[in-house]
Amino acid sequence: MSKNNLILYAAILVFGLAAPFIFPAFKVQLSILCVLIVLAITWNIQGGEMGYNSFGNILFYGLGMYLCASVQVGMFFPLAEWTESGGEKTFVHTPAQFFQGMAVGLVVAAVVPTIVAGLIGYSILGLRGHYFAICTLGLGVAAGEISGGIEIIGAGQGFTTPPFPNIGSLEARGEFFYFLSFFTLILTFIAVRSIYSTRFKLILNAIRDNEDKAEAMGIETMKYKIIGWMISAFFCGLAGGIMGGLVGYIDSTDVAFDGREMGVFMVLMAILGGKGTLWGPIIGATVFHIFKEGFWTFFLGWQYVALGVLIIVIVIYFPEGIMGWLREKYPERFGEVVDEKDRKAQVELK
Amino acid sequence: MDFLVFQYPMITVQACLDGILLGILFALIAYGMALQWGVMNIINIAQGDLVILGGYIAYFMYLYGIHPAWGVIVAPIIMYFVGIGIYKLVINKVVDRDLFISILATFGISILFMQLMNFAFGADVVLANSGYGTTMLFDSNVVLPNSKIFSAFISILFAVCLVIYMKKSKLGRAIRATAQNARAAKILGVDTEKVYAATFGINAALCGVAGALVSITFTIHPYMGLPYTIRSFMIVIVAGLGNLPGVAMSGMGLGVFEEFADYILGTEFRIGSVFLLLVLILVYRRFKLSKKREYLK
Repeated sequence: MSKNNLILYAAILVFGLAAPFIFPAFKVQLSILCVLIVLAITWNIQGGEMGYNSFGNILFYGLGMYLCASVQVGMFFPLAEWTESGGEKTFVHTPAQFFQGMAVGLVVAAVVPTIVAGLIGYSILGLRGHYFAICTLGLGVAAGEISGGIEIIGAGQGFTTPPFPNIGSLEARGEFFYFLSFFTLILTFIAVRSIYSTRFKLILNAIRDNEDKAEAMGIETMKYKIIGWMISAFFCGLAGGIMGGLVGYIDSTDVAFDGREMGVFMVLMAILGGKGTLWGPIIGATVFHIFKEGFWTFFLGWQYVALGVLIIVIVIYFPEGIMGWLREKYPERFGEVVDEKDRKAQVELK
Repeated sequence: MDFLVFQYPMITVQACLDGILLGILFALIAYGMALQWGVMNIINIAQGDLVILGGYIAYFMYLYGIHPAWGVIVAPIIMYFVGIGIYKLVINKVVDRDLFISILATFGISILFMQLMNFAFGADVVLANSGYGTTMLFDSNVVLPNSKIFSAFISILFAVCLVIYMKKSKLGRAIRATAQNARAAKILGVDTEKVYAATFGINAALCGVAGALVSITFTIHPYMGLPYTIRSFMIVIVAGLGNLPGVAMSGMGLGVFEEFADYILGTEFRIGSVFLLLVLILVYRRFKLSKKREYLK
């Protein structure tokens, strides 16, 4: 790690730790940003590095959300009665119960989607190209439709997550969720960064570039594809669990398995930043979130129209993303040796 | 009500007939999807939204006092130009690109259409009442709305017309040539750009017909598009590209499956079961293909 990088990381860390105190009004927005970055990074693992473009990672996100909330409630109170009582609270978590429940819930929210990814991975990751994309799209929508019919987790009327206990100041809730999501982000970043410096990443890239050739080279592609998807599912579930607590209310198709919002956002963020790069999803998510918040307030009601146009424009004009554009512009910064003559010739050709 | 299907055989007959009539309509949409998949190698996620848009055209005719059945003629004409417009604006930029790019771009179109329809027509579930009455069969144990029979008849009519058009006309020949080998067709003087635009337009027109029929027989709602896309995708992968009898058969099979899922699991799981069936079919297909690959080894 070079000295420049070290300074950059330290600056981001300090900024991240100080952010809720510098911008106290934007704590919730910053927490959502952290969750979005985590989602973009996880999507990038199998969408960008492995070349398996999934629309269905929302499955793990929603699963994590429901699991975390159900465990948090179910550990202390009967779950069915909780969902039946809806908004009017008959049960109240003590602070100790809330945090214990949250901790166990987050572990479950991370582990179960990982196992699910492992189980369905063998059958689904055998599909290629558009079959995989549509299959995962179907999986995400099916999960939303089916969870909307299950009574114990609130069916169509939704599920209220336990409210934050009354401790200390009024700011405690925002700060708790901000630091929770920020540390999840750091954890994700460190994990993904260390994964990307191993042979594993090269194998994923080999699968992306030519799967049959990778298999012919003696790589057990299926094994690595499943592991890649499981890593993705782990952090996706974790992000979902945090988001459930942050939003405070879970609905099957509008919050948890919201393929029209989160499911597309994570794909879009990764593409906007640049697929298959470490920093791309992070930059993409940040830009996207700022852009989105602007749109959502100025074009209230028209946000999905803007989203649709945004998708089309990004996909048609910036398929390589911000990182890809930077790479084209300043290849030297990315450690590529540039033959000036060749480059000029190419520019002339264009 | 759970297992009514097994206790009263008439309900089984009812579900089968309903399913078959429904399935013919699905097959029409799937035929459009197969056409553009085969020719342009694009999977159009916005297929279902085009159907719904066609439905709204018929619904508005109904509101202004024209019989919605005329929508079957008006909707495809309007939708043809909508299709050409979409092609000129978006699709022609993604035709030769990565498949995922085209899926995502059409997904964007789908979200855009969904929302624009929501603004323009409101978020209510609506239907265009054709006033065709019903037909009773088997001592009035089986009740079939005439509108469903009408829709199945019109679907078959349009499918047959299109097949004949594809076989006989010059444009049809050009489309088939492009589907077989776009480069060779180009060399031999086919203007593939025009063929692509026409294909997309024809697909949109088919969606318009199907949408008008949907608005007569069922209900339409701005957000109900995606299930139609998934259904037609499923029908196409089960039948294979360019296999018209297969498309019709698997369309009817899907219709019957849906009716039974509706009766046995309950209406709230109907759409969910369609999506799950898609996943199961794809997984089955994957294992079948991998077995084939092992033989080759």
